[in-house]
Amino acid sequence: MDKNELLTKLAECVEFGKVNKAAPYPPTMKGQDGADELTKQALEIGIKPVDILNDALIFAMDKVGEKFTQKKIFVPQMLISAKAMNVAMEHLKPFFQSGEVKRKGKFIIGTVSGDLHDIGKNLVAMIVEGAGWEVIDLGVDVDAAKFIVAINENPDAVVGLSALLTTTMPNMQKIAAEIKSQFPDVKLVIGGAPVNDEFRDEIGADGYSPDPQSAVAYLNALVA
Amino acid sequence: MKTITQAIRSGNVMVSDGAWGTFLQQMGLQPGECTESWNLKHPDRVLKIAQSYIDAGSDMIETNSFGGNAFKLSMFGLEDKSFEINEAAARISRQVAGDNKHVLGSIGPTGKILMMGDVTYDQLYEAFKTQAMGLEAGGANALVVETMTDIEEATAAVKACRENTSSEVICTMTFDKSPDGSFFTMMGVSPADMVAAMLDAGATIIGANCGNGMENMIGVVKEIRAIDAEIPVLVHANAGAPVYKNGETVFLETPDEMAKFVKLLVNAGANIIGGCCGTTPDHIKKIAEIVKSLKK
Repeated sequence: MDKNELLTKLAECVEFGKVNKAAPYPPTMKGQDGADELTKQALEIGIKPVDILNDALIFAMDKVGEKFTQKKIFVPQMLISAKAMNVAMEHLKPFFQSGEVKRKGKFIIGTVSGDLHDIGKNLVAMIVEGAGWEVIDLGVDVDAAKFIVAINENPDAVVGLSALLTTTMPNMQKIAAEIKSQFPDVKLVIGGAPVNDEFRDEIGADGYSPDPQSAVAYLNALVA
Repeated sequence: MKTITQAIRSGNVMVSDGAWGTFLQQMGLQPGECTESWNLKHPDRVLKIAQSYIDAGSDMIETNSFGGNAFKLSMFGLEDKSFEINEAAARISRQVAGDNKHVLGSIGPTGKILMMGDVTYDQLYEAFKTQAMGLEAGGANALVVETMTDIEEATAAVKACRENTSSEVICTMTFDKSPDGSFFTMMGVSPADMVAAMLDAGATIIGANCGNGMENMIGVVKEIRAIDAEIPVLVHANAGAPVYKNGETVFLETPDEMAKFVKLLVNAGANIIGGCCGTTPDHIKKIAEIVKSLKK
């Protein structure tokens, strides 16, 4: 396979969630090499890691996010694509560590205090990572102090706040206020079932993302 | 007392209850506090909610046990108390329901995604089994597996209820409207998929709950009825989508606004109508009035 063919194949594996050769899913790709094997092969024939990242992985995850937004695919397909991407990323890790491949930036994310729901937050984290960002996931039930520690360690990061429960929206407001009072320049983006753009405006956050793909669009615009 | 299914077969439209979670918050439940722990800590307050729905005209009331599975309870270190907490939940509702109203033991999702491999089907089944048995021991005569989005998790819950209790088993899922007007859960399950899988698992009543208000529910019920004319259908709708105003979350659909969809829902084929997030005894009272007027 030549370079383009290989990258196209790898992108397909990520888009449709073919993790490795042994993986039974998707049935139409049974027995074929998956993201794991193809990434290895791509590096072996000398394709640059940055091209693997941009032309295959980010390219594919962008399609996945787009289809999810349009409700053409649902959470399971997105999770399996993210898994394929993560397997490919493992092979690229050394190049991130050496600095040969750079990420677009850092993104701190957490579900706000009082809220223990992580599915939506995890989906956003996966898609943002798949878009080429380094994700620092603080987990669930995260209070202002924990966000602030993370921001101190990563002052150039963008911060994402998630909530599922309507009852934890006041906590989101408090956390946003504390972060902004200490770090007025840090960009804050919010998401979750009960929040909307009006609420973003009310609490002084910078961005509102109704779905993972729009979080990516917001982040990418910051570094464009 | 007739079973719910028998009552529906003899032509009744029935009224269920409204929200519990939002009600508990008004009574002082804090964000991050374990809702179900109140069955043991503040049974008097939980009882008040149950009573208010009976007073509003509900034919059946739920229990304060939505997150009463061992997985959710483990976030509060209460995973070993699942049976006890569920039993207490059902006992409170039964105390108010007496002998001629139904008690629906509420069973919500675990928050775990099976396909991610962090939990097995058998583990889910065991957690639901404990919950179902606790609810029945406390006096529930039906179990409602609700707010489900994944077929496999719902199957585990319905089977755990069917195989370990003699209660009627209800399953409702939460659907969103796609841009093309069709309905899917966030895991990609359509109402038609749900009907087939849940009948197979042993549910005898199915339906939808939560979501973005009454109007969408009409579309969901139509999709169910298109493939199954017979199975009793339950709808627990939100009072619209939540809106945040002046530091407080409010649901904007008023009792009158919700009530105007009741007739349409019944015409579409719904047999049991109640509320989910944001609905109050006032909403239920209004729904009950309309349902009674339809009977004439």
